[in-house]
Amino acid sequence: MFGTAIIIFREVLEASIIIGILAAATRNVPNSRRWIFAGLLAGLVGAGAVAASTDVIGSLASGIGQEIFNAIVLGVAVVMLAWHNIWMSSHGAELARNAKTVGRKISDGTSECSVLLVIVGLAVLREGSETVLFLYGIAASNDGGQSSMMLGGMIGLLAGVAVGYTLYSGLVHMPMRLFFAATGILVLLLAAGMASQAAHFLIQADLLPSLAAPLWDTSAILPESGLPGMLLHSLIGYDSRPTGMQIVFYLTALIAIFIGMKWVARPRASIKK
Amino acid sequence: MKHLFLIALLLPLAAHADDYLLTIKDHRFQPAELKVPSGVKIKLSIENQDATPEEFDSYSLNREKVIAGHSSASIYIGPLTPGRYPFTGEFHSTTAQGVIDAQAN
Repeated sequence: MFGTAIIIFREVLEASIIIGILAAATRNVPNSRRWIFAGLLAGLVGAGAVAASTDVIGSLASGIGQEIFNAIVLGVAVVMLAWHNIWMSSHGAELARNAKTVGRKISDGTSECSVLLVIVGLAVLREGSETVLFLYGIAASNDGGQSSMMLGGMIGLLAGVAVGYTLYSGLVHMPMRLFFAATGILVLLLAAGMASQAAHFLIQADLLPSLAAPLWDTSAILPESGLPGMLLHSLIGYDSRPTGMQIVFYLTALIAIFIGMKWVARPRASIKK
Repeated sequence: MKHLFLIALLLPLAAHADDYLLTIKDHRFQPAELKVPSGVKIKLSIENQDATPEEFDSYSLNREKVIAGHSSASIYIGPLTPGRYPFTGEFHSTTAQGVIDAQAN
């Protein structure tokens, strides 16, 4: 039961953290909740579909279809998170000032919301499909002990959701100035972590050279099997044995998005003067 | 699209690594201990003969991959430094245990 709880917790954690951060970051964007919820539902449906076609996806491209699929999903998520963060850095302050009236004025508010739907949907789809497969495996086996494993699964699910919710409530209770900086940095690190994961999948598929593998090994100090390592992995893309290529992807995403955020924020500052 | 095309171009390069076979049967790996040379890239071909899906999972190898029931998948690992790298089938980790033993020539 304990093992099951940990597996489900690990799968739920990342999606939960992403939803928690985004729900907090867009709390002043009109209708954002509805779009996040729609993304969650779409992701669950997608997770079922991906799980059902695991054998088809896996056998594509001579056995590395799963890695290519994951890398593409992560790549799209990175682009969407980048878009979101850059959008927030140009509209976030406005939204905070007068949440009610500004909603109608922001013409691209709808596209921000559809970006939310895609990010949440992809996060749930990727993490959820493995959960579906795992639960299917439990249901299909006749070893007995299914009910205790299902109970473990529920505990893992609730614990994962609790982490996301804690993060969310911590963020929304922050003072406004800190709040924008904090959500911006968290989304930035999330995106960089996903870029690193995408590189990891492409290396596992032998489509990218690893450069140095591993570049460092901190698994003795901060293993990813432990809770702190697990949390850091989901939050900032921590990897105890990263390859050089992952670091290249991580830093490239980090710097590119950061420059984008600064670039859109600049002209507005000069208008104010 | 351009990137997909690039990936497609790179695919033939993937054939160079040495190929090692792992079989999953009754939620166990066979062989449970696999000797491989250190310092070179290795291709693990994993055949899941069970009806249920399994997830090949190894923290020490930094690899994780779902293999559907009655199907095969490949994972590239290494080049490894000499040593022992345990792995598990995460979905049945009580029985599905194994280790890769990387040895210098």
